[in-house]
Amino acid sequence: MNSDLKREIIFDNYKEPMNKGLVEDESYLKANTKSDSCIDNLDFMMKIEDGIVKDIRFDGEACAISTSAASIMIRSFIGKSVEEVKNILENYVAMIEEKEYNSELLGELNVYDEISKQPNRKNCALLPMQAVEKMLNSLK
Amino acid sequence: MNREDFPILNNGKIYFDNAATTLKPKCVIDAMDKYYLEYTSNIHRGDYDSAVITNKLYDNVRNIVSEFINCDANTVIYTSGATHSLNMVVFGFMRYFLKPGDEVLLNKAEHASNILPWIKLQEEIPFTIKYIPLNEDYSLTLDNIKKCVTLKTKVVSLAMISNVIGDLRDIKSIGEYCHQNNIIFNVDGAQGIPHMKFDFKDSNVDFLSFSGHKMCGPTGVGILVGKYELLEKMKPIMYGGGMNSFFEEDNSYELKSIPTRFEAGTPAIAEVIGLGEAIKYLMNIGMDNIHKQEINLKKYFLEKVKDINNIIVYNKNINSGIIAFNIDGVFAQDTSMYLNHYGIAVRAGNHCAKMLKDEMNIKNTVRISMYFYNSFEEIDKLIEVLKNSKDIFKVVL
Repeated sequence: MNSDLKREIIFDNYKEPMNKGLVEDESYLKANTKSDSCIDNLDFMMKIEDGIVKDIRFDGEACAISTSAASIMIRSFIGKSVEEVKNILENYVAMIEEKEYNSELLGELNVYDEISKQPNRKNCALLPMQAVEKMLNSLK
Repeated sequence: MNREDFPILNNGKIYFDNAATTLKPKCVIDAMDKYYLEYTSNIHRGDYDSAVITNKLYDNVRNIVSEFINCDANTVIYTSGATHSLNMVVFGFMRYFLKPGDEVLLNKAEHASNILPWIKLQEEIPFTIKYIPLNEDYSLTLDNIKKCVTLKTKVVSLAMISNVIGDLRDIKSIGEYCHQNNIIFNVDGAQGIPHMKFDFKDSNVDFLSFSGHKMCGPTGVGILVGKYELLEKMKPIMYGGGMNSFFEEDNSYELKSIPTRFEAGTPAIAEVIGLGEAIKYLMNIGMDNIHKQEINLKKYFLEKVKDINNIIVYNKNINSGIIAFNIDGVFAQDTSMYLNHYGIAVRAGNHCAKMLKDEMNIKNTVRISMYFYNSFEEIDKLIEVLKNSKDIFKVVL
């Protein structure tokens, strides 16, 4: 993917993020994610039925990278099984941390494959995933 | 002005994050190096030559502080920074002074270090914290304070200059009012003392805290100054070596006199010496000149930024070198990333004043904070970059 296309995908997801805005529904799992090193602060909620992710929503204040990553992540995860989501999540984190990963699993999330060149933005790209991880861990 | 005194400025970067910490002039770095290279020794213990030199230099910084802000040298306590100083006031003095039902007046523009210690102490003593409402421009005046004071008000605690909005509070009038009404006046000088002339004795301030690193000094050192009669009632929050006269098996002990009893353990000796050098350096330039230069820089920025439509400045009429702004529709952190791309350092966030969002209806801002070594050319560069900010996402993504 060339860098113009990556930038375009990130920008579109920042300007019009998918599923921004929370709903009142007790059947959703919930998690907040923020970091000590930046000022992003996002709330997530996720609905799982029969081991399938039915919906993820988010809201809050965050930079272009965190917001777009939340949006792309949500699009990638909805409809997948919990196991599939865990697998994507693992590979995505490996990509951001510059470890070995399977890019074929990541689809649009590959737009962040060069984010490690900006170390202070790695955290922004990881925040939404950390929220999903928290919510999945709460299932145990 | 005085840019040649700061070796780091040779890197070609523009530094506008002076409210976080300032750059250090060579004379300060040299003074600390000299301690490490030529006469490293502890204080108040050795009889050898280097220890005598260290003692003299270390102790003399109290005299330098006393000249700088007009206070008695024996009321100058070395701390690790303004946060430490403020904690000493709250947990060393207020813990024994405040009674259930008393009122402490704060405001929502304060830094965490002038709010959280009070919240913590309130878990022990059921006093009341009242937040003085701010004006429309987020400033705070004596009138706001007067409206909140009741017979139960025992303390007013506020910053000389707030660290997000940068408004300069009228410390002298507030001090006089507090004094007349028997209210303890505690001042966080972290953003004020580095930027303007201040007279402790003339201001009726009871406790004053500030940090070295925000005034050309090193990190890890700060000052607490208090009225002597209040320091006599204050208890140390740390006990150990250097602060006691004796201690015995029967649990008896005696503390040293003020201010030494508040300085347990080996202090930041090099840093205290560095701070003394920094204060001498600032006095040599003149605090009035420093303040004037910052105001001129700010006015210049405001004049230039008027022509850029999408920049929202939140504190135009404030008399300090702090500017809080946002690019319309852009998250503060994206703006700071964008400016960093051009070698311009600013701060994005809530700046440790997490309650201020309640007053401003905006959580995060970009903060530019000037010091005397910033230049008009640097502001020109900043303005040019802000003018081109329509391309911001091409740069930050």
